[in-house]
This record gives sequence, C-alpha cells and structure tokens, in this order.
Amino acid sequence: MKHTISVLLQNKPGVLSRVTGLFSGRGFNIESLSVAETLEPSISCLTLVTRGDEAIIEQITKQLHKLIDVIKVTDISDSEYVEREMVLIRVKAEAQTRAEVLRVIDIFRGKVVDVSPKSYAVEVTGSASKVQAIIDILKPIGIQEIVRTGTIAMARASKK
Amino acid sequence: MEKISGSQAIIRCLQEEGIKTIFGFPGGAVIDLFDALMDSDITNVLVRHEQGAVHAADGLARVTGEVGVALLTSGPGATNGVTAIATAYMDSIPLVILTGQVPTPLIGNDAFQEVDIVGITRPCTKHNYLVKDAKDLVSTLREAFHIARTGRPGPVLVDLPKDVVAKMVDFPEKKPIRMQNYQPTYEPHPGQIEKACKKILKAKNPVLYVGGGVILSNANEELTELARKLNMPVTMTLMGLGGFPGSDPLSMGMLGMHGSYTANMAVANSDLLIAVGARFDDRVTGRLDAFAPHATIIHIDIDPTSISKNVKVDIPIVADCKHALTAMNAWFNNSSDFNREQVAASHEPWLATIGEWTKKHPMGYLDEGDIIKPQYVIQKLDELTHGDAIITTEVGQNQMWAAQFYKFNKPRQWATSGGLGTMGYGLPAAIGAKMAFPEKTVIDVAGDGSIQMNIQELATAKQYKCPVKIAILNNNYLGMVRQWQELFYNKRYAGTVMEVTPDFVMLAQAYGAVGLRATKKSEVEAVIKEALATDNTVIMDFVIAREECVFPMVPAGKATTEMLLV
Ligand SMILES: Cc1ncc(C[n+]2csc(CCOP(=O)(O)OP(=O)(O)O)c2C)c(N)n1
Ligand SMILES: [Mg+2]
Repeated sequence: MKHTISVLLQNKPGVLSRVTGLFSGRGFNIESLSVAETLEPSISCLTLVTRGDEAIIEQITKQLHKLIDVIKVTDISDSEYVEREMVLIRVKAEAQTRAEVLRVIDIFRGKVVDVSPKSYAVEVTGSASKVQAIIDILKPIGIQEIVRTGTIAMARASKK
Repeated sequence: MEKISGSQAIIRCLQEEGIKTIFGFPGGAVIDLFDALMDSDITNVLVRHEQGAVHAADGLARVTGEVGVALLTSGPGATNGVTAIATAYMDSIPLVILTGQVPTPLIGNDAFQEVDIVGITRPCTKHNYLVKDAKDLVSTLREAFHIARTGRPGPVLVDLPKDVVAKMVDFPEKKPIRMQNYQPTYEPHPGQIEKACKKILKAKNPVLYVGGGVILSNANEELTELARKLNMPVTMTLMGLGGFPGSDPLSMGMLGMHGSYTANMAVANSDLLIAVGARFDDRVTGRLDAFAPHATIIHIDIDPTSISKNVKVDIPIVADCKHALTAMNAWFNNSSDFNREQVAASHEPWLATIGEWTKKHPMGYLDEGDIIKPQYVIQKLDELTHGDAIITTEVGQNQMWAAQFYKFNKPRQWATSGGLGTMGYGLPAAIGAKMAFPEKTVIDVAGDGSIQMNIQELATAKQYKCPVKIAILNNNYLGMVRQWQELFYNKRYAGTVMEVTPDFVMLAQAYGAVGLRATKKSEVEAVIKEALATDNTVIMDFVIAREECVFPMVPAGKATTEMLLV
C-alpha cells in the first residue's frame, strides 16, 4: 500500500541525510521525497511517499520518530488529505502537433511556461496520478525532458 | 561572564557530568584538549589503539551504568573508533565520543587527516554533532550527555574542529535539558499495565524473557520481585545475564542459539511470553514462525521501534523497564484478584515440566580425562571468584561458554559484545571496568583469535597498573567459525586454522605482564589461583580440547526447538 508521510524536522545540515540513510540502511523504499522550510524557518517539512504493508509502515514512522532531529511524523494517508505534485514537461511541438499539445494542456489545466519554435515547456499540477496521466498522453507526441517535484500533501481540516 | 577556552569548557562539561576517567589517543587535532586535560583531575588513559579507547569507555559504562567517554583525534583516529562505536550502538551503551576535526575553514577541502566522521557514524550512533560555532560548544556537549544516557541509551559523537576548541567561550550555568523533539517515554500507560497484569493472572505457562534493557534501566530488583511474586520462570538473553540471579531456582539460564534446552523448550511451550527490555533478535528467536507459537506476547521496551519489529506483540508497553515493572508489582500488590499462594501454586505444574526438561538435558559437557574442557575452566573461574568477578569476553565459543557456565547473580558484572559480536572487545573493556572498580577482580574470557585483535592494550593495562586477568581458551582455531564448518560445511576448515599463534606466556612477559599456562585439567585450578593472587596483569593460556563445540546449538534459521545437543 502506498503511504504519504509528512515529517517535521529541524532545518539543520545533515538532517536530510539522516532520513535518507535510515531508508537505505533499513531497506525501506522512497518513491518520492520533497522538502522545504515551513513558516518557522528553523523547521522543515518533508513529504515522502513510500510503499509497504502495515508492519513496515509502522516501523518507518517509528524509526523516523526516533531520529533526534525529527519533531513530528504523520502518516497523512491515514485520514482525508489533499496531495499535489507539479511537473514540468518539455514536449515536442512542431507545426502539426502544436494545436494537439495545447488541447491536452488545456484539458489538464496546465500552463505553457516556455516556448520555442519546436517545443513547449508545460507546467501541470495535480495528484500524482493526474501528473502521470498527462505524461502518458504526451509521450507519443514526444517528451524531451520532464522534472517532477514529488508529492506534497496536507491533511484536510476537520469538517466540524 | 568570564570567558574560558573551548578546551577548558569541554573539561568543565565532563566534570559537571561526574566523569573521572576518559580513554584517548592524541593527534594534531586534539593536542589542545590533551594539554588542558593534563591540568585537570580527570584521568586521561592513553590506550594503544582508538578502538581500545572506545571499548574501554564502553566497558566502564556497562559495569557502572555511567556514561563512558573517549577522546580521539581526527581522521584515522576517528575511523579507528568506528567498530567500537558500532559495538556500543548495537548494545545500547551510553558513550560520548569526542573527536578532533580539522579547523572549520578547512572542512570539506580534503585537508590533512580530515574525514566526515559525522557522516560515517550517522548510522551507528544514537546521535552526533559537528560543532561549527564555539558558542554552541557547551550546550552541545550537555545535550550529548543527556541523549547518551536517557531513553534507550547509546553512543553520541561530538566532532570538534580545532579552531572551535581554541576559541574563548562563555560557560553558562547548567539548566535541566528539555528538547522539544526528544522526550523518551518512561512512564507506562496504566491501561496497558492493567491489561498485561490481568493476562499474566490467566497464564498457565508464563515465561519472563529478559534482555539488556533490564540491566540498562537497573530494573533487576523489580524484575526479581515480579518473578518471585508470581512464581514465574525466567530466561535471559546474552545481554540480560545478571538481570535475574543465575543461581535462582526460577532461572532457566540463557535462551536462543546457544541457550539452554530448558529455556528454549519453555519459550516454545509457553502460553504467555513477557519480554522485558529484549528485542527478539534472530539469535534469540531462530525461525520466526516457530518462536513462541502458542504465546500471547507482552513487550516492555522504552524504544517503540523494538516493539513489533520482528515479532507481532499483543500487549505493547512503551516505558522504562524499571518503571513498568514497578507499576506491575504495585498492581499485583493492590489487586484483590491476586492471591499470591494460589498463583504460585497454579504455576507448579509448569515449573515441574520445566524441571523435567532440565533433568533430561542439563547444561553440561563430556569430561575427557585430563584434557582441559573450556566449560570446566569457566566453572572453575566461577568457583574461585565466588561468582563475584566482572567478566568481559571476546567473541566466539569463548564468549558462549562464559555465558553458559559462569553464574551471573548480579547485574553489571558482565560485559560482552552481543549485537555486533566484536572480536577484540574483551581486553579493552576489561581495562575500562577495572579502572572503574580497581578493587574488583576483572577477567577477560578470551579466544586465541580474538585476543590478538586488541592485544596491544596489554601495555595500557600495565601503564595504568590495571591488573586485569585474561583467560585464553586456546583451541588454536577461530573456533566458532570452525564449529559451523564442522557442522555445516563438511569439516572444510577454510580460514579458521591459525598456523601461527604467538606464545602467549612469552607475549605477556614481553609486556611486563605475567604469563601462565595449563595444558592439563589438573593444572587449571592452580593457574587460576596464582593469577588471582598476582598483583599484575596476567594471561592464563588454557590449552583446551581443540575441537570442542558449543552446545546446545540451534542452527541458524531453524526453530529453537531443533537443538543440537551435547
Ligand atoms: C571483528 C570480527 N571479525 C570476525 C568475526 C567472525 N568471528 C566470530 S567468532 C570468530 C572466531 C573467534 O576465534 P577465537 O577468538 O579464537 O574464539 P573461539 O571461537 O575459538 O573461542 C570469528 C572469526 C567477528 N565476530 N568479529
Ligand atoms: Mg580460538
């Protein structure tokens, strides 16, 4: 099962390598990882997507929590949450495909962020599956380069 | 505020923590610290290899329960310490390791004797620090000691660039340390305690499975109280020896790969396993699906990651062992459901079954005339030291025989490398223990292979008038590996025959120590007596039955009931 785990940690040198070292050392996998400062500059928020059965996910969250520089670990996928990923795609856009590319971008509510005579650079934001979907659709047209941010996620506020 | 040098500040931090002895080896990056230590009341023991420094600090920590401290120089000094740091990490031993580092402006430049020791030791320390700014020096050291000794203890490394140590710093008063992100759980959840205790009252065949956590949290008395109150049998892991008196009728000795027949059979047939400060290591469980297959499992541990890591636990209790056991004892004392006589009596059939197992396959060995059996040597050591010595060990058969045949009745009289199994641990650890308790008899039970890994520390023992005794069970083999080859590799002794071994008697003499040798059973007692009466470091070279194996043995990956017996 896929799990999205959010980790608050001290924004200090070496902390990220404690997290990644934990994953490699214990044979856990990381599908994606993204990290940046929070409102409080001394604290970073790291979102990681991993896979494993219940026992493995339990170990992952406990082991993360055990790291001294980790402040809080939440398995966001335990409850309702929103997740987003952004992708930049450079796709071939020559005379005969330009219109088609624009149409696809439109359907995915993407934006063209860079234009050249033979290509567009496109920005699309959405769930990981939406990002995967546009990649799959543009692939036959000719993707020259892609960069993905990895998933970030946030639990939904309680409705009460 | 009055300013002092970084080195002075470090020394004051050590004094603040009550440190009297540290173990070190100098080099360019730590000359300042060595210089400052010379004027302090702290004994700075000069070892002969950095691995020895960290093992010695570890030995001191295990027998005292205090934090051990080692001081190493940058680069090769620090990397030489890594094996010993990993050793302490695997066994949760509280250490603070201070390493010198090149000056901050040079860090990252491949400067002379620069290594990224913080990077290297990240996976084998509880935590580590590089102090880049002198104003963080004091708070970092205080935090390092706090982390090392609290929660599940472990080694903490502090890397100290030379320029940082040379700066002048403030020395603010020490305040209680509170870390937002590090707050180990000491107190058990009362609901879980109640659940556990009620379960215990229902059990017919309970077993207490005791690990190193009981020693680390000084919970042996509480554990003993619980076991006797409920008349429950106890087994200990290699790390848990001494957590419950080995001579007590309720003790089944050690469990696991080289555990007693009784202990392994009891666990396999138990309906309730109460794990206290143990971690279900593969050397204990054997094949996982056959481990305690009928038992409900209660697990007390201060480290949540230990719980349900290898074996699914039914009633987890995250807490310090001492606190949890105290709460359990109190629950029974206050419970109207608990009738001591009745419960004790209800366990008698179980204890009788256990007694039958012991009768069937007691811990033992075959006596072979005047050939020295290693088990006999350990029994004699036990007898002649009245079970009261501090025993450290090397690794291999020697270690297992010591664990099986010395009766540890008290905690902290046993220091062995359990989790990592580090050959070369025993001698430096013995020195650390002896520095802490000069009045006690300290014996390193050694193998002829392992002892050569840190034999240089004989010089340290001599220099500091630290008369440790070394009992080499000399089979002229890397015996434990040879045993596996005998049993599972068609007796192909690849790489386990040491064709050249030094004359250990002469070797001892070369260091100014005393060397004694026994080649016959009838000589063993006299050699031990003479060693114990000698106020000098002594090597006892016991030439033992060469191909003796350690039994019982659960082959790796087999169920713990599938034991090979004597
Ligand atoms: C540093 C290190 N290297 C290798 C091993 C693997 N090993 C485990 S026991 C053993 C043999 C030890 O020989 P010796 O010290 O003579 O003890 P014996 O088993 O003969 O009593 C070896 C090589 C180890 N535990 N530690
Ligand atoms: Mg040997």
